[in-house]
This record gives sequence, C-alpha cells and structure tokens, in this order.
Amino acid sequence: MTGIISTDVLIVGAGPVGLFAVFELGLLDLKCHLIDILDKPGGQCAELYPEKPIYDIPGWPSISAQGLVDKLLEQVEPFKPDFTYNRMVSSLEKLDDGGFRVTTDENEVFEAKVVVIAAGGGSFQPKRPPIPGIEAYEGTSVFYSVRRMEDFRDHDLVIVGGGDSALDWTLNLQPVAKSVTLVHRRPEFRAAPDSVNKMYAMQEMKQLEFRVGQVTGLTGADGQLASATIKGGPDGDIEVPCTRMLPFFGLTMKLGPIAEWGLNLHENLIPVDTEKFQTSVPGIFAVGDINWYPGKLKLILSGFHEVALMAQAAKRVVSPGERIVFQYTTSSTSLQKKLGVSG
Amino acid sequence: MTKLTFIAHDGTHFDVDAENGSTVMENAIRNAVPGIEAECGGACACATCHVYVDEAWTAEVGEPEAMEEDMLDFAYEVQPNSRLSCQIKVRDALDGLIVRVPERQG
Repeated sequence: MTGIISTDVLIVGAGPVGLFAVFELGLLDLKCHLIDILDKPGGQCAELYPEKPIYDIPGWPSISAQGLVDKLLEQVEPFKPDFTYNRMVSSLEKLDDGGFRVTTDENEVFEAKVVVIAAGGGSFQPKRPPIPGIEAYEGTSVFYSVRRMEDFRDHDLVIVGGGDSALDWTLNLQPVAKSVTLVHRRPEFRAAPDSVNKMYAMQEMKQLEFRVGQVTGLTGADGQLASATIKGGPDGDIEVPCTRMLPFFGLTMKLGPIAEWGLNLHENLIPVDTEKFQTSVPGIFAVGDINWYPGKLKLILSGFHEVALMAQAAKRVVSPGERIVFQYTTSSTSLQKKLGVSG
Repeated sequence: MTKLTFIAHDGTHFDVDAENGSTVMENAIRNAVPGIEAECGGACACATCHVYVDEAWTAEVGEPEAMEEDMLDFAYEVQPNSRLSCQIKVRDALDGLIVRVPERQG
C-alpha cells in the first residue's frame, strides 16, 4: 500500500460535471483529486458517445461530447487537478477531524475534507451476458477481466465477444490455455483487423477455434465450469469443453459500493438539497446525474449549475468561518490570477 | 401521423401515433412501453432499445448499419430481425409497423 493521498476535495467521477466542479472549487482555492473507473476523463461523454453532438450547452450551438470534455480539461488546467484512473471507490469512513477516508478497489487511501460524488449513471462495470446460471460461476470460472494470465493456464477457455478485448485475450491466452474457443454472434468483428487476421491464421493452424453463435448454457458444479453450449452457428447446438470463460459484453453502469456509504438513497440516486447539493451526510455532496431533488433534470447544464452552488458550501466546510467574497471571473483580479490570465 | 404497434413481452399491444422523423425508440419511451430502456438516450451507444421487427416488415425497415450491428453484439437473444429501435426513423412507408419487445434488454 502506498501512502495516504490528501486533498481538499475528492471527486468521484471525472465526467463533465466532475470536471467543472474542479473549476468552481478551484476559484475558491480548493484543491481537487478525481477518481474514475475509466482509463480517461469524460465519463459517458468520452466512453459512450464521444463523436455525438450536444446541442444544449449554453454558448455552444453544437459541440461533440469529446469536444466538450477537451474544453473542460482546458478550462480546469490552471487548477492542476490530480487524476486517478481505472479505480473504483470502495469504502468510505468518517474521520474524527470531520474529514473522510476513502479507499479504492486497489487499496489506495485518500483523505479529503469534502467528498463530491459526481458519478453520473454509476460506475461502468462489465455487462453480464444473458446466460442462465452464469452468476454461480463468476469469480471462480467466469471472469470479466484478466488479472493474471496464469489463472488460465491449462484450462479449456471460452472467450465471448467481438471487440478488441475479446480478440486480444484470444491471442494472448492461446499459448497458455489448453484450448481456446472464441464465440461471436457473427463473422464480422469490431476488433482491430490485424488481430482478426491473426485469429483466423491461428484457426487455420488449428491453434484455436472460432465459432459463430451465442453461448446459451453452461454446465458444471460448485462454481467449476465444465462445458458451454453454443447455439446459432451452422452446426446447430454444440457443446464445447469450458473450464474458464471470459465474456466481453461491453459495459453497464451501476451505483456500486457508494450504495453502502450510509447515504440516504432514492431509487439508486442520491437525494440532495438544492441550496448546497449536500447528501444526508454533511461534507458529502452529490452533483450531476447521480443526484435527485424535486424537479431534477439529468442535463449536463444542470450539473454545471449544481457544482457552482456546491462549491460555496464545500468552501464553508473546508474553511469554516472564512468570509467568502462573491466575485466574477470577468472583473476580479484575484480570480484572474488563479486562472493565469490578466484582465 | 404514422401508426406503430409495440407488442410487449407479456403480449400487451401498444398502438401509438408516431411523428415522421422521430425514432421508434422515442415513441416507445413517450408511450411508456415496458422493456425499452434506452439507457444512452438514442446515441446508438448501448443496446437497451432492442426490438424484433415483425417478419412482414423486415424488408421495408431495412438492415442495421455497421455501427448498429456492433451494438447488437451486446443485446440479448439477437435474431435476424433484431434492430435497435433508436436507429429506425418513422416515415410514411412504415405505417402499421409492428415491433416486439424482447424478454429483457442485455
């Protein structure tokens, strides 16, 4: 375990609203650290629809989702936020001094005076394929990512999917596994053509098997898989040996461990007040798509408004008693100094 | 107005009047058809508005484009008549279109 990372504000989620929170908090001299489960900033904008235009960002008649993320990154740059990617927050603990200790799924420890949940639709997690009974094998025979290649040594491996993850692991695990069967519902792939060509070449040499179809059934006992049924290919239903399975069915969004933080919830959303956007726990705020209040609209622009008000309240938590002078970026020399511009 | 019929998984029919140019998904959401989630809001970025196009209509509705095919990889029980309803635009020629909602989305 590395040392404790301290910051004024820990922001969970680096989507557009989490990013703009850095700006508003930064104007009030609060230093931010963002954690995101993705490997990049931007949240849904970057992951789901980077090239799609957004038409309801004030001042931008049309801007691509990735374009908006890029502009936000440029806007918050003066405040030098820190980012930790590929991590999910797991536990939260209240400290005696009023702050919070947050631990990630990789056991990094953060301490912050304020926690801002800007987690959008929740954390992106691998989607469970619609195979009856698959839950019983998860974590023992069915995995959604590869942590150690050795876990697959000498196993009959079935990989399901047609994207880069599926193809890359087919190629990388082939030398380790006892057998590899790649299953995809059609002969066209989303993966890089080069990987697809390599896969077909290995199939020619009988080093692996590619089958068109869908996995519809599993057999096994006590969490240990034995075989998988593949349906829909030209050969009809077939059963293949399978002691390890790697399904790559894309991502879905789930609230995840935040649900266990002791906050009041409203249908998987976090209720907040509309003055501070604070949750039921003082010092923990929720902004953007993850929060709920009467009249809530899940719009990026609503999130932007929410972070401006939240920042004022967060400042009062971090620096109690300090007078906050309301200022405009257009005219305030002190704000302009923070932004690194001169008026 | 173009008439569309959604048949929910439990067999309930939803007959709706749809505006040309809108998507089949938008009409499902507007009329609260159960089983159409449309998580991404119509960006062809998830596969939670999956429908089966009635066999009589598959030719008129047409085939999915490559990007939609890619997303269909993530859908549940994909069949040859599977489409993402956010990618079907309502037009005069689709008057009377019937689509079925699968048992579940992903």
